[in-house]
Amino acid sequence: MITVNDIYKSFGKVHAVRGVSFDAPDGKITGLLGPNGAGKSTTLRVLYTVLKPDQGSASIDGADVVTNGLIARQGIGALPHGAGLYPHLTARENIAYYANLCGLEKATQEERVEGIIELLEIRDFADRRSKGFSHGQRTKVSLARALVHNPQNVILDEPSNGLDVMATRSLRDLILKLKDAGRCILFSSHVMQEVAALCDDIVIIANGKVAIDDSADGIRRRTACDDLEDAFVRAIEMVEPE
Amino acid sequence: MRTFVTVLFKEVIDNIRDRRTLASALIMGPLFGPMLFAFVINLSIERSLDDLERPLSVPVIGQEHAPNLMRYLASHNIDVVVGPADRAAGIDAVTLGTHDVILIVPEGFGQQLADAIPAKVELISDQANTQAERDARRVRTALRSYSQELAAIRLVARGVSPMVLRPINVDEIDVSTPSGRSALLLGMMSYFFIFALLMGGMYLAIDTTAGERERGSLEPLLALPVTRGQLMLGKIAATCVFMAVSLMLSLCSFFVALKFMPLEQLGMTPNFGPDVLVAAFLVLAPFILLGASLMTLVASFTKSYKEAQTWLSIVLVAPTLPILIVSILTLRPQLEFMFVPSLSQHLLLVGLIKNEPVNIMHVAISVTSTLAIGGALTWICARLYRREGLLG
Repeated sequence: MITVNDIYKSFGKVHAVRGVSFDAPDGKITGLLGPNGAGKSTTLRVLYTVLKPDQGSASIDGADVVTNGLIARQGIGALPHGAGLYPHLTARENIAYYANLCGLEKATQEERVEGIIELLEIRDFADRRSKGFSHGQRTKVSLARALVHNPQNVILDEPSNGLDVMATRSLRDLILKLKDAGRCILFSSHVMQEVAALCDDIVIIANGKVAIDDSADGIRRRTACDDLEDAFVRAIEMVEPE
Repeated sequence: MRTFVTVLFKEVIDNIRDRRTLASALIMGPLFGPMLFAFVINLSIERSLDDLERPLSVPVIGQEHAPNLMRYLASHNIDVVVGPADRAAGIDAVTLGTHDVILIVPEGFGQQLADAIPAKVELISDQANTQAERDARRVRTALRSYSQELAAIRLVARGVSPMVLRPINVDEIDVSTPSGRSALLLGMMSYFFIFALLMGGMYLAIDTTAGERERGSLEPLLALPVTRGQLMLGKIAATCVFMAVSLMLSLCSFFVALKFMPLEQLGMTPNFGPDVLVAAFLVLAPFILLGASLMTLVASFTKSYKEAQTWLSIVLVAPTLPILIVSILTLRPQLEFMFVPSLSQHLLLVGLIKNEPVNIMHVAISVTSTLAIGGALTWICARLYRREGLLG
């Protein structure tokens, strides 16, 4: 369960986020949708405690991300945008490093690493150094290491960016599996169709503010647009620029 | 603690697999420095040694005017050969570099000698050319001693003791020891060691900070449920491990290189046995923490690998400054110098090579002050990882 309560964040004169609030409940997929530069990444970075909000608060399963960062981080698996691997380590070692840092016991750790390699279909390249990995392979390994400690909340920043059809499909399957397991999934995207196909709840952000927070059907109804893309554009227009 | 150990092991393994890091840590610093040093020293020793033994051929214009002088030169290992036709041709030959030194004996030389007025000879050389100047000096010395012999003979002929020309007899007593003399030459080795030590950790310091950010692996790392200070400490510790190995290797390779330097022929016996090797390691060891945390700190502020490299090359040079200043001013070790890192290590090391008794007070101050500064920098690094600005 992720709760975001009226957060603000500026970088110098740029007001990246100007009062964003939403909830992402357990067992549901919440999509953060918005054009480039809308403040999606900044919001997510606040949630995985890499940035501190200027105002407002956010919590992961009740743990505040600012005052109780360590506990909050225990409850999340995060895939930042453009996350990189260690090129000299194999896929397995990359995953095991994170498992180790998360404090998993040796026996559980091996079991978990094997399990996640199986789940994400990494087996074929698990023992190769990650230097020459394709973008899809890199994303899989980054995702695997983010999930290795079995977090209740999963935060993915534009995970499908640059993936081919097959990789996107297996990512979608994985997200649905996590949902069935009762996890809270929050992911960002700028592709309306992708979000509509997966999400129970869609939060559209533009100019650092929430334009609309509803289900796909609800968004269609409230914007009076049948086509989701039109609805997306209409929703964005509802937010006044700075 | 577990985070610290995990990060330490991961960084060590990761960087051992990186050829560039390995090459700079284990080959560039430790092997290159001492080898270069041994090569240069060997070359200069060989040159200065065979200079005295090597017969020197000097073209002389007008040999027929001074047959006795020619014999005298020959007896001093200087071969007299036929030179250019006249004075102008001689000057041209030296200017062009065909000959290094040319001696001219004018026609009136014999007459002037007989009349007991100063007889003129001319020595043509290029004083800006060090190699040629060395040859010219040999000829000059031979001429001077010939001149003194003649003067002595003239005095004896007039019934005067040649001793009147030597009112003062200077007897020099040299208290320098063979190991002390070697310190002149080997003193600069301490910089090689500090350089090797820093080189050993440089790429780790970059890779674990700017490199990690550039790769995009820093953000997911910071999103993990770990104390961030411990991440930083693990990284600095891994850097220290590489630096320590690099230092040990460079000390050992210098130990081996010394065996191939004919220093005894210069009257130098460096005090650099296995026990001094261990002592040198211990004296330099506190500098490891300081170097690692300083490089990590500097690299943390940079945005990219390249930028970090630029800044760290300045850090590599910085420790020379105090050593250089003290060497130029030839200051003796003093208590207050021991508070200055790199300088204190240099002075203690020179003391070891000179085989001077170890000043426990100096060692204690050097170790504590260097460790204290290193500790403070490490603390700043650990604090830095809590700042979000680190992600740029």
